[in-house]
Parts: sequence; structure tokens; C-alpha cells
Amino acid sequence: MTTALLQVSDITAGYRPDLPILHGVSVSVSEAEMVTIIGPNGAGKSTLVKAISGLVPISSGTVSVAGSNVTNLLTHKLATASIAYVPQTANVFTTLTIDENLKLGASTLSKAEGARRVAMAYDNFPVLQKYRSHKAKVLSGGQRQTLAVARALLTEPRLLMLDEPSAGLSPLMVSEVFERLKSLVSTGVAILMVEQNVKAALAISDRTYVLAEGRNRIDGPSSELAGDSQVATIYLGAGGRKR
Amino acid sequence: MLQALADGILTGSIIALGAIGLTLTMGILRFANFAHAELITWGAYMALGVLAITGVFAGPIGPFSFGLPLILATLIAAVLTAALALVVDYLVFRPLRSHTNHMTVVFSSFGVSLLVRMVILLIFGGSAEYYSDELQIAVRLMPGLRVMPDHLFTLGLTLVIVIALHFFLQRTRLGLSMRALAENPDLVRINGIDTRTVVRWTWIIGAALAAVAGVLYGMTVQLRPEIGFQLLLPLFAAAILGGVGNVFGAVVGGLIVGLAESFSVLFIPAGYKMAVPFIILLAVLYVRPSGLFGGMRGGAK
Repeated sequence: MTTALLQVSDITAGYRPDLPILHGVSVSVSEAEMVTIIGPNGAGKSTLVKAISGLVPISSGTVSVAGSNVTNLLTHKLATASIAYVPQTANVFTTLTIDENLKLGASTLSKAEGARRVAMAYDNFPVLQKYRSHKAKVLSGGQRQTLAVARALLTEPRLLMLDEPSAGLSPLMVSEVFERLKSLVSTGVAILMVEQNVKAALAISDRTYVLAEGRNRIDGPSSELAGDSQVATIYLGAGGRKR
Repeated sequence: MLQALADGILTGSIIALGAIGLTLTMGILRFANFAHAELITWGAYMALGVLAITGVFAGPIGPFSFGLPLILATLIAAVLTAALALVVDYLVFRPLRSHTNHMTVVFSSFGVSLLVRMVILLIFGGSAEYYSDELQIAVRLMPGLRVMPDHLFTLGLTLVIVIALHFFLQRTRLGLSMRALAENPDLVRINGIDTRTVVRWTWIIGAALAAVAGVLYGMTVQLRPEIGFQLLLPLFAAAILGGVGNVFGAVVGGLIVGLAESFSVLFIPAGYKMAVPFIILLAVLYVRPSGLFGGMRGGAK
């Protein structure tokens, strides 16, 4: 196996040190690989991506990107670490225009480079061009998702983390979003994605981790997990016995 | 009637300058900073202190009661007021923000405001002070309306500052970050922006505006250590009326409060003037708690 792009090793994390949500979780993502994190509600899936992003403190364990240690990264240095993160909710500034949202996403770049990449984003996502001077609150859920992803890609990250990109979208939109992510991976961007939609997640990703109660439960190639009866068992709650 | 209008606009523009700083820090740091009004007093007195040094070099310009020395003193006062705001944030608000709940920070701002007022009282004494003892002749603009040149200057300067600030917030990266920060701090960080820097600039801008408001108040009324205390309620009324975080709203709110105060004297005894902003504040909170223009923090939960 090649060295992982993202290596999360045995992290314990939570909003309060005395109440950890993750208990020694390990995850790795290789270059240009699509990895999904699934698990029942309260498994700590969102907390995992937040901990990697520096939004939730890690009390033990390490996170490294391309070999350099980024444990408890200051969130504003995500882009410097070649990571981009799209949160599940409130992932765009609704009080700002589409153009301003993109400009903010480009604020770590020089003005000229930022303008160039924003122009590229408009080419790649024509729907944004159409609404560029509108406030983002006029956008639908799917369009907001598009804006959030377009914003995240401005810094040309090597790893894109998404928290439930399919949440609240119509089935048609979901397949559209997933198709777009798939084509992103083919351009060399690695994706770490939290998903509720188990079937879709297993169908699209290369590998999947199943978390439950803040711990790793099963992981492996998605195609193998799709037929694994244990995955269903964990979702039905029977997995809670083994602690 | 016309005179009340002119007086109201004058008071309103000073309140507006103070309220802009308050609305920015409230919208971005999300706590009611009761010490903001003391920054106005501090700014006014710092200018007085500096003027004691610079004032000997030059006299007033044209019809105004002041000259270059006061302008220079105001700039220095703005820097000193920004410094005070940054020191208070670093020593008091920042440690409390990370370790305690919201109300503790609000109450600490009460403490800070008392402390600042007492320091001013200690240094400068409690009696009224003036920047200048020049007599100013009011200009008669039309029958029944007389204004001081200083008052016109105050209006003009307020207008220039508001327009400049508008362009700053709309056109610059820092201004954009400030507006974004009022909505969703985590997302600003995710966008790669160090929010601590943005917060510091918010303090600097808010404090500098407060200093200017203080000088204008001192110039058109008088300097007393209670300036801030007396402006506190009007400032909050203006900021909340306009919608917390909304600069344009703070300006409109300031003008409404100023006008309401000056017109109230035509109908009720002058002693009750102080109650007017309080009534406006209550009315806004009762009828439209998000303010006239809604404020900037729309999407964040």
C-alpha cells in the first residue's frame, strides 16, 4: 500500500475533554481515493471530520496529511494543509452574494489568482454564474451544495472532506452530486465523505468505514461491504452489544 | 420645529458613529458590550489630553472652533482608543469568551466600563471641559434655523465616514470577512481566514469611530466623564433598532433616536428626554426584535 494522503491514527476527540465522542478512531485515505464514513446516528461521523478540521479538539492520537502532522490544526490553516471541508449545514454564507462567497473561499490566494480560479468555478458550475450577484439565501439546497463544493475546490485541495453532501437533496440531485464527486476523484482529488445514505455511499466509494458509538467497527472495499450482513446489523442497533 | 430637526440630526449623527462600532462588535463577537460607550468618553478625553500638547502650535481654521491640532489630536485619540479596546479584549473578554458563558462576558463589560470611567475621572477630574473657549457664531441658514459651523462639520464628517465604511465593508477582503464573521465564524475559518485578525480589526474600527464620536460630542456639547454613560442607552437603541450587525441600520437607528430625543422636548418636559431611547428600545424589542433591517446574522444558528 502506498503512503496514505490522510492518516488518522487512534484519535480520541470531543467538545469537552471529559466527554469524548470518538474513542480511538483510525481512518486513512490514499491519493485520488474516495472513502466514505457510514454509521448510525450518534456514531461520531461528523465529529470525525470536524476533528480533522480542527473544529473539535483531539485529546489523543494523531492526524497527518502527506506525512506531516496536522493534529489539532488551526481551522484557518486547512487550505495550507491541502484540505478543503464542506460542512453539512450552514455551508454557505446566506447573507452574502454567490460572488462574495467564492471570493471569501479564495481569500488565501493572491487577488489575481483568486479571480482566475473564481472565473474557472463559474465555468465549471454555470448555475453559480447565473446567480452570481444574488444572496446565497435564494439558492436551493442542491445549489448551496454546489456553491459550497465550488468554494472548497478554489484552493485546489488534495483532499476534499464532505459531511453528508446528500442530506436534504432529492434522489435525482443526490446522483448528480455523487457523479460530480466521482469525476472529481478521477482528476486526482481524494474524497473523505460522511454519508447517511448507505446504499449510495457503498455504490460510489472505493472504501468504506463503518463507525458506531465513536469506534471503528468494520472497514474495507465498499463492494465487499455492500454484501456484508454485519453492516445491516450495526444499523439495526444490535452492534451495540460489543463494547 | 426646524431647529429640533437640525438638533436631532446632529445628535443622531454622533449616536450613529458610536452605534456603528457597537453594532459591528455586537454582530461579530455576539455579546452586548456595555463598555463600548466608555470608548467614546475615553476617545474624547484622550483628544483633550493630546490637544494640551498640540494645541499650542496652531489656531482654529475659518469659521470652526478648532484647527489642525484637534484633527491631529483626534487621530491620536483614535489610535489610543483602539489600543484600549484591544487591551480590554485581550485581558478581559477573550479569556472569558473561551471559559465562561455569555452573561459573564456581558457583566464583565459593565465592570470594564466603570473602571474606564473612574480612570478618566481620576486623571481629568469631574468638571466639564471644552476643547476650545473660542466663541462661535451661529450661521442662520433660513428663518428659524441657526446652526454652528462645527455642527455642519460634524454632519459632513459623519456622512464621509459612513460612505467610506460602506465601501470598506463591500469592496475589501477584510470588510467581506467581517460581514461573513457575523454570520458564521466556523465557516470563515474553514475558508482559510484567521478570525482573530478580523476580530482585532473590528475592535480597531469600532474604537476609532467611538473616539471620533467622542470628540464630536465634546466639540458640540461638552466633555464630562459621564458622556459614555449618557450615550449608552441611545447607542443600544440605535444599534438594535437598525438590526445588530447592520452598519446602515445603525446610522438610520442613530438618526431616529436623535430626532426622537430632540422632538420629544417639544411635547414632554426636557427631563424625560433620557427616557426616549429606552422607549424606542422597548418598542423595537416588542414589535420587531431583529431590528428594522434585520441585521447580518441571518443563516447562523
